[in-house]
Amino acid sequence: MQYIVLIYGSEKGWSSMSKPQVEQMYAEYAQYSQDLAKAGVLRAGSELKPASTATTVRVRGGKRQVTDGPFAETKEQLGGYYVIEVPNLESALDWAARCPSARDGSIEVRPLAQSAQG
Amino acid sequence: MLARAIDQLVRREGPRVLAGLIRWSGDFDLAEEAFQAACTQALEAWPRRGLPERPGAWLTTVGRRRALDLVRRRPPDVPLEPALSEALAAEAVEPGGTPDVEDDRLRLLFTVCHPALAQPAQIALALRTLCGLTTGEIARAHLEPEPTTAQRLVRAKRKIAEARIPFEVPPADRLAERLDGVLSTIYLVFNEGFSATEGESWIRPDLCAEAIRLGRLVVELLPGEAEAEGLLALMLLHDARRPARTAEDGTLVPLEEQDRSRWDRGLIDEGAAVLDRAVARGAPGPYQLQAAIAALHVRAARPEDTDWPQIAALYGALLRHSPSPIVELNAAAAVAMARGPEAGLEWMERLDRSGMLAGYHLLPAAQADLLRRLGRADEARVAYGRALALVRHPAERRFLERRLAALG
Repeated sequence: MQYIVLIYGSEKGWSSMSKPQVEQMYAEYAQYSQDLAKAGVLRAGSELKPASTATTVRVRGGKRQVTDGPFAETKEQLGGYYVIEVPNLESALDWAARCPSARDGSIEVRPLAQSAQG
Repeated sequence: MLARAIDQLVRREGPRVLAGLIRWSGDFDLAEEAFQAACTQALEAWPRRGLPERPGAWLTTVGRRRALDLVRRRPPDVPLEPALSEALAAEAVEPGGTPDVEDDRLRLLFTVCHPALAQPAQIALALRTLCGLTTGEIARAHLEPEPTTAQRLVRAKRKIAEARIPFEVPPADRLAERLDGVLSTIYLVFNEGFSATEGESWIRPDLCAEAIRLGRLVVELLPGEAEAEGLLALMLLHDARRPARTAEDGTLVPLEEQDRSRWDRGLIDEGAAVLDRAVARGAPGPYQLQAAIAALHVRAARPEDTDWPQIAALYGALLRHSPSPIVELNAAAAVAMARGPEAGLEWMERLDRSGMLAGYHLLPAAQADLLRRLGRADEARVAYGRALALVRHPAERRFLERRLAALG
């Protein structure tokens, strides 16, 4: 079963971190990604650029509406994701809880629809 | 007579059989449909052919056959649990009655109480699958329209299937955390039943009895868990007082005015014995502390015999263990009984100023009661007025109105 692990956190928190703190965070993420890969559960994943770089597009009545910013303005922003393949929700939650941002942000876990799974 | 005996048998065996079918098929809906069919067939076949030697195994075998029939009619691309596809390939089902059926009920309890499900959904699923209540009965118990309950059950079962919540007892390192969730869901079911003191109670299935049944299940299947025993003891000791809690007109009777001869001695003895076993394990926790408080209340032959200093000390321990403004209010009330109304009142006024219990009618009600005891009638009237502006339960409202009227 494949799950997407969506990482939400406060970008303000990120930008107020000192350089050693940021380096520490990246080191933890590198380790986490390596652990996922070693366990053979990692299928995809990436960090995202900040929400200020997001653009939202909608087509209404055949007309394209392009707006600056993410789909929803929230206190915590989507900052990255992983796609993992594990037997069930319990193990997906175990992996999500180990994500470095679980400590100060929120991790949403959702199964991919069956048709998307190879 | 036989029909009734069969009905009872089906009710008793039902939850075990259903739990087994869910594990075997990995599909709640399929298992429920197959189980219903097996029950219908039992009601038809048993009066004619007599009771089978092992009714549970009979129901399981018939249920599995029925599940296979249902699966054969499905589109072929739906993935199946291994047990189902094996049985399909072999065109036969293993006879029912596997030795680990008890484990199946425990697995089911942990699955339906998984924190990935909202608590109202956990409660509805537990009552439906483990207690065998119908959707209509669950809806009436929660005073909600039946389609709302039905929808809740459908969504929860869909989430279990689609997010693949596993059908398993959590591993040892997760057990404590997950058991907390299970116990709190069971206690919520109990409290819903316990606060149903008003006129509609006659149509409410006995949620207290169902919660106690679930509590017994955990104690029986996970032996050695002190807090599970603590919760069971707590529920038994509370339930023992139920016959005396409401007057004939439905008014709430406060503890000190209850007719103690109407308390259920059998439940008190059982609750106290379960609590003793729990405490002996040396792993204290909030349920055991609350049960110990309840035990001190029911052991007093008269209200004035109540060991208030001990109760105040237990509330202090509970407050250290799980701090909350409501526990604090109870602690303050116990201190008032142990050391005099002034001490309790002072604590309650501090709570009042903190605003943490704003909107909670029991705080001004408790203040009013202490002011009344101190003979400060004017202030008591004001406090009763504040409580009455907030109270919602009709039985509690009548009680407060009666107290206010008695002040003259």
